[in-house]
Amino acid sequence: MKHVISILLENEPGALSRVVGLFSARGYNIETLTVAPTEDPTLSRMTIVSVGSDEIIEQITKHLNRLIDVVKVVDLSEGPHIERELMLIKVRAVGKEREEIKRMADIFRGRIIDVTDKTYTIELTGDQGKIEAFIGALDRSAILETVRTGVSGIGRGERVLKL
Amino acid sequence: MELNGADIVVRCLAEEGVDHVFGYPGGAVLYIYDAIYKQDSFQHILVRHEQAAVHAADAYSRSSDKVGVALVTSGPGLTNAVTGIATAYMDSIPMVIISGQVPTHAIGEDAFQECDTVGITRPCVKHNFLVRDVKELAETMRRAFYIAKTGRPGPVLVDIPKDVTVATCKYTARRGEVRMRSYSPVAKGHQGQIKKAVQMLLAAERPMIYAGGGVVLSDASNELRELVELTGAPCTTTLMGLGAYPGGEDKYVGMPGMHGTFEANMAMQNCDVLIAVGARFDDRVIGNPKHFAATPRKIVHVDIDPSSISKRVRVDVPIVGNVKDVLQDMLGLYVQAAAETPADKGRLAKWWEQVNTWRARQCLDYEKSDTLIKPQFVVEKLWEVTGGNAFVTSDVGQHQMWAAQYYRFNKPRRWINSGGLGTMGVGLPYAMGVQMANPDADVAVITGEASIQMNIQELSTCSQYRMTPKILCLNNRYLGMVRQWQQIDYGSRYSESYVDALPDFVKLVESYGHVGLRIEKPADVEPAIREAFTKHKKRLVFLDFITDQTENVWPMVKAGKGLTEMLLGSEDL
Repeated sequence: MKHVISILLENEPGALSRVVGLFSARGYNIETLTVAPTEDPTLSRMTIVSVGSDEIIEQITKHLNRLIDVVKVVDLSEGPHIERELMLIKVRAVGKEREEIKRMADIFRGRIIDVTDKTYTIELTGDQGKIEAFIGALDRSAILETVRTGVSGIGRGERVLKL
Repeated sequence: MELNGADIVVRCLAEEGVDHVFGYPGGAVLYIYDAIYKQDSFQHILVRHEQAAVHAADAYSRSSDKVGVALVTSGPGLTNAVTGIATAYMDSIPMVIISGQVPTHAIGEDAFQECDTVGITRPCVKHNFLVRDVKELAETMRRAFYIAKTGRPGPVLVDIPKDVTVATCKYTARRGEVRMRSYSPVAKGHQGQIKKAVQMLLAAERPMIYAGGGVVLSDASNELRELVELTGAPCTTTLMGLGAYPGGEDKYVGMPGMHGTFEANMAMQNCDVLIAVGARFDDRVIGNPKHFAATPRKIVHVDIDPSSISKRVRVDVPIVGNVKDVLQDMLGLYVQAAAETPADKGRLAKWWEQVNTWRARQCLDYEKSDTLIKPQFVVEKLWEVTGGNAFVTSDVGQHQMWAAQYYRFNKPRRWINSGGLGTMGVGLPYAMGVQMANPDADVAVITGEASIQMNIQELSTCSQYRMTPKILCLNNRYLGMVRQWQQIDYGSRYSESYVDALPDFVKLVESYGHVGLRIEKPADVEPAIREAFTKHKKRLVFLDFITDQTENVWPMVKAGKGLTEMLLGSEDL
């Protein structure tokens, strides 16, 4: 099953590689990984999407907690939470397709952020399902380039992950 | 007080009460060695290879309650140390390794003797640091010691670039304990869980206590002993836990696992409540986890590391905490609960009857010989001569298993071996560390002619520092354990397992100024060991025992098999 794991860790050189090294050393899977400093510049917030049985995910959270640089770990999938991902996608936009793609972007509430005679670059945010639906709705041959940030997650309601 | 980085390193070691550092100098650590020259708070032991420095510091720690310290230079100094670090990591040994690094401005430029130390060691340390600023040096050193010895212990590495060791800053002595927001190890276990465990124990009809290295590391032998007395349950200790419970006691059923006793393995499998204390259900201990789980039993698992719990075997009552603290609470609650509802004393009689029938198989009996020296016999004689009180280090292979099976350790921290990583070559440097931590004790190395050659250069270090271990080499001219597996699983095709072109060990050790004895007859075994520990007490003695070439270690559970699928001897092949 897919799990969204949130990690608060010291913003130290090498902290990211400790986390990534743990996953590769123990054969765990990383589907997406995002990381950036928080409002407190000494802390980074990381979101990892991983797939595995409950036993594996339990081991992953235990091992993450064991890392000295890790301050807190939460498996967001255990409760209500929000996931968002940002995608930048460059598509061929000529002739009849040009209008069609604009309409499609509007339907998915994407924004066209760069334009040339032949292309549109579209910015789209949403959960993984929405992003994939948009890609699916486009003509494969029209897609020139995609860039996805991977999932960022946060708990719903008053649940917070901080020091 | 304004000090340079090298002096700060020395000051911090003194602050931690370090009295021995094992190391080897080189370019990147010359300022540190200069500071060592000018100090007298600790003694530096100059080894002959960095791997030995780390092993010695590791054994220093295993055989005492101190944190071992090793010091190596950048590049090859560090890469040589990696095997030692990984060995300590697998067995959770508290250590601090200080490595030199090229100057900060040269890092990443493929400088002479540069390597990515933090990257190379990351998977085999509890934590590591690269100190980029002399102002962070003292605090980093303090954190390193704190992390190494608290929680689940482990090696911590501090990588110090050369320019940091010569830069200066204000140094103030340590005040109070180290605090880190991202690291706060637990000690106490969950009371409710401990209560549950006690209830299970009280209701058990076939209880079993399975103790590991965690008992030794948390100095909880007395508590373990009390628990065994109170519950009346049989007790087994793993390879890492030998000595945590006295090997001569009636409740002791020997070591479990691949080369464990018949009774220990049968009891592990057939008990109804298993209390695992500071042990981790290692593959060499429980064999195939599916087979192990197939017999129903309740499992209580006490461990300081949550990631050890339910890793290979699902447990019913996990208790995360320091073994000593948890056992103390458990004993208190047990006495209380037993007073309220006294347990039926005869309740375990049937279970013991069963255990004793397993015992009656006498699985450690071996064929005696008047002509060939049996390796088991050498270990038994060592036990007799030393009264079971020596510190015994070993290398890895058949001799290691015979040492574990036949030297009935009565005290913790006396059996020093590489359990997790299984590193050949640790025996001699381990003896050096043990001897520096316990200068008056008898120290024996049980080794083989192959293992000893993996760090034999340390005979020179032993000369320099007048170290006097007695090396018992069980010389069978084979990589014995490899040969045994090849005999059993590879159609007796002895591929590259014959040890050819051996040196004359007697002459070799004599050339280093030590005493060498070659023993070829069983009748000479005991006199030779006696001579080594009396006449040559103040010398290093190498006893080269020419043993039965094809003796095997029994019992044996083949890799991947179930714990009770034991081969008890060659007749089972």
